[in-house]
Amino acid sequence: MKNFMNNLFGKKNRGRTFSFLMVIAVYIFVEVLTHSFRVSRLFTSLLVPTCCYIVLGLSLNLVVGFSGELSLGHAGFMAVGAFSAVVVSGLTSSIIANDIIRLIISIIAGSIISGLFGLIISVPVLKLSGDYLAIVTLAFGQIIKSIINNIYLGYDANGMQFSFVTNTLNLENGKMLLSGPMGATDTAKISNFTSGSILILITLFILYSLINSKYGRAIMAARDNRIAAESIGINVSKTKTLAFVTSAVLAGASGALYALNYSTLQPAKFDFNTSILVLVYVVFGGLGNINGTIIATTILYILPELLRSLQDYRMLIYAIVLIVVMQMTNSSKLKQFVESIRNKFFKKGEKA
Amino acid sequence: MTFLTYLISGLALGSVYAIIALGYTMVYGIAKMLNFAHGDIIMAGGYVAFFAFTKFGLPPVLSIILSIIFCTILGVVIERLAYKPLRQASSLSVLITAIGVSYFLQNSAQIMFGSDTKIFPALLTEGSLKLFNGQLTISYLTIITIVTCIIIMIGLTMFINKTKIGKAMRACAEDKGAAQLMGINVDTTISITFAIGSGLAAIAAVLLCSTYPSLSPTLGSMPGIKAFTAAVFGGIGSIPGALLGGLLLGVIENLTKAYISTQLSDAIVFAVLIIVLLIKPTGLLGKKENVKV
Repeated sequence: MKNFMNNLFGKKNRGRTFSFLMVIAVYIFVEVLTHSFRVSRLFTSLLVPTCCYIVLGLSLNLVVGFSGELSLGHAGFMAVGAFSAVVVSGLTSSIIANDIIRLIISIIAGSIISGLFGLIISVPVLKLSGDYLAIVTLAFGQIIKSIINNIYLGYDANGMQFSFVTNTLNLENGKMLLSGPMGATDTAKISNFTSGSILILITLFILYSLINSKYGRAIMAARDNRIAAESIGINVSKTKTLAFVTSAVLAGASGALYALNYSTLQPAKFDFNTSILVLVYVVFGGLGNINGTIIATTILYILPELLRSLQDYRMLIYAIVLIVVMQMTNSSKLKQFVESIRNKFFKKGEKA
Repeated sequence: MTFLTYLISGLALGSVYAIIALGYTMVYGIAKMLNFAHGDIIMAGGYVAFFAFTKFGLPPVLSIILSIIFCTILGVVIERLAYKPLRQASSLSVLITAIGVSYFLQNSAQIMFGSDTKIFPALLTEGSLKLFNGQLTISYLTIITIVTCIIIMIGLTMFINKTKIGKAMRACAEDKGAAQLMGINVDTTISITFAIGSGLAAIAAVLLCSTYPSLSPTLGSMPGIKAFTAAVFGGIGSIPGALLGGLLLGVIENLTKAYISTQLSDAIVFAVLIIVLLIKPTGLLGKKENVKV
């Protein structure tokens, strides 16, 4: 029993337990709130996207925070997951009637395809380092977006039809799944807050299992000192690939959940700005800090929506918040101030 | 002949990219930061030139000079207020601040000028040069763009290599601590770098808006990303690299648009970038840095 408690609340695992409890508590709170009170449509419409961005933020944190490589194209993986899921869900809609099973299959398909993309991309990406690596991920993000922008895919009684760049599809009573820059239209909305919360929990489980394993320690060792890690026999490129592909899989899952929450979705949604937005969440929450990412994502995603009444000024306020927080967290005067207060209170406590 | 036309317009587009890329590359070289707000300084320059010309009726040359002065000041103010306090901070904090500044500029422009697209007036020249019995048409604007780029390149190279401030800039790029010990004012040098980069952004703004005459608050983001790509393509931190990267990017983009596909031009440009970086991991003219244990 003591061992079990130690496993949950011991010094090492407190953060992990806190993450799971926090997600579950928020889930129960929101569920109670939405079922017993009348909540605005805005609030309910924000639930699933928030879950998606949390998963995406966690997946990016694995690359940027734990693996130490700056990725500027994470929205690309989200896009791959999203549109793969739309296609899978569309194709199986007549075979599988149960929404939940279809959702699970779509998310799994989205994350596998996104993971394959991650594996392919990781080969050139991880050969580079620093800002060059960042720009290559940016480039891949743009390429993925622009390729999806040109895919036309549909099906009818005769089977699937596909064309690239120009729409040459000739469907008889069929259904378009992807229509170029218009993206996915008329998707069945099968995501919900419960599935979103479960996806966060699964993501947390994967992340914590990875980080606390031998591989996770290797990933962090390679981040802190590549040469030292290599010298003790860690295969750095392999560990970095592992982090990158795991991250791509999770990003794909988040994209899949996101896509199945909207009836229409355009590839332009997953542009450079989305990648940057998620990076902002991760840096705000603290690199390598899982709970920080969850909290920062929730606050920063909901903040602009809450400021909606301020209309044009909301993004301006958002920008100012970004700049001011960065200045404050890095100001040495403020750090000294916080330190002095801490010393005052804690020293008094010790004496007493 | 059509190939030559596309090539020349590609060179003109590339010249604009090169001028913007200079701003990225100089700031990166000296401050080791990716200034994501650079594209939005272009936007600011475009709006200043637009209002000076249409609302206040200033002559074109004065409008352009006003735009350059405004952007220079804007660049220095941003550096002083937002980036200078973060000189010791991690590069990601600086990156996020730059993104914040970028959002700030875009949204201020949207509040002040509205999100609708404005038609940029023909500030420079109209008309074109006809060669080979009218088979080859080159607009004067294209010529002005390419010539401006060449002048800027020569001027900047001279400035960096011959003047005392240029020397200080090179010294700071090499080693800030050592430069400070030699009596160079690092803060001033960084401010001057931002001033030059932002001034160049204003020139790029006028050239860009004259070529594609539409003005909106998000005007700078795509050319910004492209120019950033160009800077990396040529080897970030290297001034000739920015020129080479910009020109190549412009030409490749224009030729793919003409011969392969307009929709896929972005994908092809970025694919070429990836291939180049795989062969030369520090860009075409970038220096290889050896990491010592």
